[in-house]
Amino acid sequence: MPIEILMPALSPTMEEGNLSKWLKNEGDKVAPGDVIAEIETDKATMEVEAVDEGTLGKILIAAGSEGVKVNTPIAVLLQEGESAGDIGKAAAPAKTEAPAAAEPAPAEKPAAAAPVAAAPKSEVAADPDVPAGTEMVSTTVREALRDAMAEEMRRDADVFVMGEEVAEYQGAYKITQGLLQEFGPQRVVDTPITEHGFAGVGVGAAMTGLKPIVEFMTFNFAMQAIDQIVNSAAKTLYMSGGQMGAPIVFRGPNGAAARVAAQHSQDYGAWYSHIPGLKVVQPYSAADAKGLLKAAIRDPNPVIFLENEILYGHSFDVPKLDDFVLPIGKARIHKAGKDVTIVSWGIGMTYAVKAEAELAKLGIDAEIIDLRTIRPMDLDTIIASVKKTNRLVTVEEGFPQSSVGDFIANQVSRQAFDYLDAPVITIAGKDVPMPYAANLEKLALPNVAEVIEAVKAVTYR
Amino acid sequence: MATAARKAPAKSKSNGKSPNLTPPKPLDFTKEQDLAAYRQMLLMRRFEEKAGQLYGMGFIGGFCHLYIGQEAVVTGLKMSLIDGDQMITAYRDHAHMLAMDMSPRGVMAELTGRRGGYSKGKGGSMHMFSKEKNFYGGHGIVGAQVSLGTGLAFANRYRGNKNVSVTYFGDGAANQGQVYESFNMAALWKLPVIYVIENNRYAMGTSVTRSSAETDFSQRGLSFRIPGIQVDGMDVRAVKAAGDLATEWCRSGNGPIILEMQTYRYRGHSMSDPAKYRTKEEVQKMRSEHDPIEQVKARLAAKKWASEDDLKAIDKEVRDIVADAADFAQTDPEPDVSELWTDILV
Repeated sequence: MPIEILMPALSPTMEEGNLSKWLKNEGDKVAPGDVIAEIETDKATMEVEAVDEGTLGKILIAAGSEGVKVNTPIAVLLQEGESAGDIGKAAAPAKTEAPAAAEPAPAEKPAAAAPVAAAPKSEVAADPDVPAGTEMVSTTVREALRDAMAEEMRRDADVFVMGEEVAEYQGAYKITQGLLQEFGPQRVVDTPITEHGFAGVGVGAAMTGLKPIVEFMTFNFAMQAIDQIVNSAAKTLYMSGGQMGAPIVFRGPNGAAARVAAQHSQDYGAWYSHIPGLKVVQPYSAADAKGLLKAAIRDPNPVIFLENEILYGHSFDVPKLDDFVLPIGKARIHKAGKDVTIVSWGIGMTYAVKAEAELAKLGIDAEIIDLRTIRPMDLDTIIASVKKTNRLVTVEEGFPQSSVGDFIANQVSRQAFDYLDAPVITIAGKDVPMPYAANLEKLALPNVAEVIEAVKAVTYR
Repeated sequence: MATAARKAPAKSKSNGKSPNLTPPKPLDFTKEQDLAAYRQMLLMRRFEEKAGQLYGMGFIGGFCHLYIGQEAVVTGLKMSLIDGDQMITAYRDHAHMLAMDMSPRGVMAELTGRRGGYSKGKGGSMHMFSKEKNFYGGHGIVGAQVSLGTGLAFANRYRGNKNVSVTYFGDGAANQGQVYESFNMAALWKLPVIYVIENNRYAMGTSVTRSSAETDFSQRGLSFRIPGIQVDGMDVRAVKAAGDLATEWCRSGNGPIILEMQTYRYRGHSMSDPAKYRTKEEVQKMRSEHDPIEQVKARLAAKKWASEDDLKAIDKEVRDIVADAADFAQTDPEPDVSELWTDILV
């Protein structure tokens, strides 16, 4: 049967084109790869190559025709032994049943009418019970993080840590202190100053099933590596149809330290929380740092673990247990209360905690929720609290526009609007690059007074 | 200020001598090797011609980058690999997957975005993987696969196996910064990675002479002491010889090596590229004088290793495989709507 040659689509957006020129005449023999015509697409003038062998039997669309829809038959190709008399038989393209000219190409109609499946809700387990009488050990966040890595490296030979100064220097912030001595250079790997490269090396190793912990000396430097984190680590599981992902932890200090100015003072919580395929953890206490880092290392997904340099030296009680692992995606009620909900995480918690003590003196009983994980977010805990207190203030150090607090406020207004007795106030850093001068730096960050004022505002005091 | 004779600054300590490798001569193929190479390259060629046709009909959307002309590179290199060796490349990846014995049906159905595709239709032409066949993608960001491929080699060294990561990138990607970050780490840690630079002379529309200060890509590892050789990437025997040398180099613990494959793509950068940046004569010359498939075909005929009928039989077998893949890719249903929400997290 003669073969119909169809108007080809030659760009991702082309729906029609102009048939500028025929380079073969009726009766000409054509071989695969021969240029038979030129068409003008929305982007360029393209050559149309023959796919099959045969004789050009009839030209259906004349040269100079404009607005020829994709998949319109433009010519008929006769195969061996066929003549012009056979042309009528080419009612439809012989083999590839192309859709009618004006229709879009996919063989089926898009499932527009079909109900779109809703995002599945994931269940997150509660924190494990700490048995009564468990010894609590005062531990710095720094020690807790180190202990978490050491415990997981003892438990699983596929876990290794890599980054700048993590081995012989013992960690730029001493988080990896002692790991080289215990685990050796094979598993505690000093890298060159090569964030983009070693992030990619880590993801590649993770794709084979190893479980790297990639330390960034600070997350500010991870901006060099953000393509590997977002495009490679976060998306591979989806792009491979679930075949392979990246069980990797990217960790390091995040946010403002002290007097290190604009390029070294930025909170990436909101940035990474934007990306499906990532988990984002931002702990405050040493116990959470330990339990959540252990969970992050065991998690088969890429986890962004945002620490804070100022918190490294803070001490908290950590239960002395053989294997203390906390659930990622579960908020912790730091202090129960009934008058207002304050949601914070990471170093933001320091403002919330201090403000709460002052508010108590004013007779305001605040509930503080430590979010701990930014993504997936435990909105249930927040909303349950708002339904009780009817008021919400969020506190973070990041920039205000498109902040984590903005997302929380939006979700609460959608899911618990009728319970709100006041607009949600989101406290963030100021909308300026971090200044160096001590007085300006202080102004750029949130402060306890702002939290107190916000709580007073939403409680109409 | 003291006037004592100032010491000359100490010369920085060298990590050793840069190895110098002599490019190997093309191998003499056996009849079986030539026939296998012929069949494999023909499958790639016909598969991609069909993909181009399906794109024209609107069955394949988005970007579609064809490998036509470069088939000898992946075919020859695959012949040097052993079980467990990994392959990773950028978005011009269809032939790499066929070389790794991935199913033509699965690849073609991914191109048409159907549920039977390797990524259930969620990856498309540029993002395809097979854990089973050790193919690690299929990456859309130019150069990103170089760090990832170095990571595959890191994992091989970490596990202490003898496997090699074959990491492909083009002359365009060779100018990305992370390539050199990766070279440095690979050389520093002696990682078993073969960096295959597929130099097809054009980074999209920019010729190597307009984009690259050093156009001898085999020397791009010089400052990291990574040896490199230039290979006639249109001759599958030359590629196989280089592959044998490179795999042996890596498996012996010498660290990375660079193979610059001098090759050529006949088609545009992607389906929508009219390729006006080069002359028709240039393309025609490569096709008529250096075509990788025609070279093998001529050899098979000259040595009387295959009759006209034998070649026709191979041609038919290949066409049948491609037709079957294309039929499957057009009739297989699109992914179920529930797939929108799967595979985001494990």
